[in-house]
Amino acid sequence: MAQEFGSLDRRAAVKALLADRGDLLVVSGLGSSSYDLFDAGDHAGNFYLWGAMGGAAMVGLGLALAQPQRPVLVITGDGEQLMGIGSLLTVAVKKPGNLSIAVLDNGHFGETGMQMSHSGLGAKLEVIAQGAGITDVTEIADMKGIDAFGAALKDLRGGPRLARIRISSGEVERALPPRDGTYLKNRFRAHLGFAVT
Amino acid sequence: MDQIAVHQDNATSADWAVAIYRTLKDFGVAQVSYVPDAGHSRLIKLSHADAAIKTTVLTTEEEGVALSAGAWLGGDRAVLLMQSSGVGNCINMLSLMASCRFPFLTLVTMRGEWAEFNPWQIPMGKATQQAMEIMGVTVLRLENPDDAEEVISAAASLAYDGDQQVAVLISQKMIGRKKWTETK
Repeated sequence: MAQEFGSLDRRAAVKALLADRGDLLVVSGLGSSSYDLFDAGDHAGNFYLWGAMGGAAMVGLGLALAQPQRPVLVITGDGEQLMGIGSLLTVAVKKPGNLSIAVLDNGHFGETGMQMSHSGLGAKLEVIAQGAGITDVTEIADMKGIDAFGAALKDLRGGPRLARIRISSGEVERALPPRDGTYLKNRFRAHLGFAVT
Repeated sequence: MDQIAVHQDNATSADWAVAIYRTLKDFGVAQVSYVPDAGHSRLIKLSHADAAIKTTVLTTEEEGVALSAGAWLGGDRAVLLMQSSGVGNCINMLSLMASCRFPFLTLVTMRGEWAEFNPWQIPMGKATQQAMEIMGVTVLRLENPDDAEEVISAAASLAYDGDQQVAVLISQKMIGRKKWTETK
């Protein structure tokens, strides 16, 4: 049985992060993070990844550099971030003030049978992020921390920031966003005012 | 132990690198990302020196594929620079570009194909074109410095206007022989 890693409910945490989203743009990592984002309310400013494991933070970086006047949030899991762990260095040296990364960490690979992840086995993502050069790193274990992070990520000059959010490893019902990538891309760009040609 | 010094013969690279840079500027490229390669060093310098281009150094090539997707979502045109040994690293991330029909342009300096002295460079060099093509990327070749503008322009149109994923493989012959000097 999966060992309990944190106590936060992932759906409640993501919902609270997005409660007052304003002009926030959001990229979600494949698997549960995309389901959580969709469950919090579908939005044209959401880009759900269904693959590209390890790439969520980099999609967020490209977007943040292109849209410096909009806050950008990447919501992803520990396994997804671990696969693209080098991207934390790339984000850190590029210093996008408007980019925040929320790692929903249950210490497991939830999509594939709840095998323990490196995080669950003791790797400290917050230390890795700090070592990479991200100075604003927080560890969040309660809803108060979620609310504070949700407010902070609106500041366009304070990033890049990363939060390791300790969530419960309990299973939640799947909430499936659209899977058509071209549709999601065009919808997102239309939201930013770019014509579909 | 012998010390090995390496020198890159870049005498011919200046002009075509500038031609590539100007063509990318004409197409409004706003983001450049790269894993360094000696063959790209001039273009990387030009990119860093240009305040209108956001230039990002990567730890591995697939980061640049994902970065290019994010840039396009936000309205920026991006280019990824790498050498042929990095192409294999990109394979799965190229699914993102195909699934969402993201425009994608990468310029790849070749190793392992022309006067290559390092056998370790050869397997990936030989597989570079096929590796791109099995993931649906259109491959163009730049063999002659004088063709730089024309080939890059064709590739950029195909990518940004035609919504295709495009790789331009820049011949190792164009980049010049790597000269190794062994000293006792």
